[in-house]
Amino acid sequence: MSKTKNIGMSAYIIFLLLPIYWLLNMSFKHNDEILGKLSFWPQSFTLHNYQVIFSDPSWYMGYVNSIYYVLLNMVITLAVALPAAYAFSRFRFMGDKHLFFWLLTNRMAPPAVFLLPFFQLYSSVGLFDTHIAVALAHCLFNVPLAVWILEGFMSGVPREIDETAYIDGYSFTRFFTRIFIPLIRSGIGVTAFFCFMFSWVELLLARTLTSVNAKPIAAVMTRTVSASGIDWGVLSAAGVLTIVPGILVVWFVRNHVAKGFALGRV
Amino acid sequence: MLKPYTNKAWFLVLPVFLLVAFSAIIPLMTVVNYSIQDIFDINTRYFVGTEWYREILNDQRLIDSLVRQFLFSGAVLAIEIPLGIAVALMMPTRGIGSVASLIVLAVPLLVPLNVVGTIWQIFARADIGLFGWALNSLGVDYNYAANPVDAWFTVLLMDVWHWTSLVALLCYSGLRAIPDAYYQAARIDRASRWAVFRYIQLPKLKSVLLIGVLLRFMDSFMIYTEPFVLTGGGPGNSTTFLSQTLTKMAIGQFDIGPAGAFSIIYFLVILLLSWLFYTLMTRNDAK
Repeated sequence: MSKTKNIGMSAYIIFLLLPIYWLLNMSFKHNDEILGKLSFWPQSFTLHNYQVIFSDPSWYMGYVNSIYYVLLNMVITLAVALPAAYAFSRFRFMGDKHLFFWLLTNRMAPPAVFLLPFFQLYSSVGLFDTHIAVALAHCLFNVPLAVWILEGFMSGVPREIDETAYIDGYSFTRFFTRIFIPLIRSGIGVTAFFCFMFSWVELLLARTLTSVNAKPIAAVMTRTVSASGIDWGVLSAAGVLTIVPGILVVWFVRNHVAKGFALGRV
Repeated sequence: MLKPYTNKAWFLVLPVFLLVAFSAIIPLMTVVNYSIQDIFDINTRYFVGTEWYREILNDQRLIDSLVRQFLFSGAVLAIEIPLGIAVALMMPTRGIGSVASLIVLAVPLLVPLNVVGTIWQIFARADIGLFGWALNSLGVDYNYAANPVDAWFTVLLMDVWHWTSLVALLCYSGLRAIPDAYYQAARIDRASRWAVFRYIQLPKLKSVLLIGVLLRFMDSFMIYTEPFVLTGGGPGNSTTFLSQTLTKMAIGQFDIGPAGAFSIIYFLVILLLSWLFYTLMTRNDAK
């Protein structure tokens, strides 16, 4: 039994890694070699493709822009979602169920639907081509998800803890920041992971709301397609570099992801 | 114990409400506005009522891409949910293998959508890609850029590669939450492997599966970037899904009115189906 399990798991992991290996393989090759003969590893190893990216500000600033608005989005999302999730998990109030479902409906809205209105809205308030515009736009789908996940974690904390703290004379803000937030650390970790994930991978809105100053890396990558064909080598190198931040984030939350999901009602 | 009723809680929800209202209600109202007017320029616009809706509902492009979309989302759910559960069951539970497989599983989730398209473009091309090359040298005539069946297969495989991990990770954490005592009881009862899965693991996975099914359904129903990069919607229109048809209409041709009507219908379809999934999967809890 255990043997078939291991074989199955190994097969799946190979299936996951093979395309990424191929991308990595391509990124160390010259274009002549890529288009020439198919080879399983670079015949003439080169870092040229990475040099192109790291020596040109319009390339590497794409990464900086992307990371900047993703972090901004994480901060905004957590800042508004934490109190809201607390309210949903601890109190009943007028329209609470409707509000919760309405929030979730925004997670269901296809970005393509909001493309044009977003463009007009952010242009009219002077936020077009800023990082904050992308961060706010991504809140559309990240905030509902964050409230949903955090609410599950918070409901797992017994309400007696809140009451004891209030009896001991804690004010709401002090209780919330000193006692409650540390209690749901792993929940916040999981939420941050999801925010990062959905904001980092999104392209459609990010590309529409930016032109030069806040241009995300995903939009910069389209430059490799020119009249003379596709620059496969540089495209692969840029792709490899977009995977790196993701791997770093996974590495940091690796202990929380499994434990965290299980703790919350999620 | 019932939660206390207090409308002061609204103060805590207010920031979320304002933020989401700014980025959801205003744009949504704008779309509704488009969908009932014929707009020539900023000053010349006519109220046309439901004309765009009637036009769009008879539009063959919408109907075709809606059918394709349903086929695609159905296939995605039919493959990824069972596969995700299977992977979660196969995952090592302790030691270095468990951490390593967690990390490998999470990697595809954090690849930007257009890079997913690029990876598969490079991987599946018949001339430079390992996958396309391997299939062709095995004697399969495979070319995703020319053959609609191959294109479909590639887009589907790409989505499975990309998102099955999400289902697997959710299920994995659900499985970890089952106390050992349950398995011990099953062993005493000499329960078969299948019975353990059917009566212990599956019921415990229900809440995570609900999230998995909902997220996968919503996201596969809005898929845009990956097929756009991989196939450009082709060959022909064979992999053009709803979002791409809509974007083409709104930005390519600037038919804002019909595109607005299209958006509203699109949104309502997702809303309706998600609600349906939600009620079907939570129905037993209420009893």
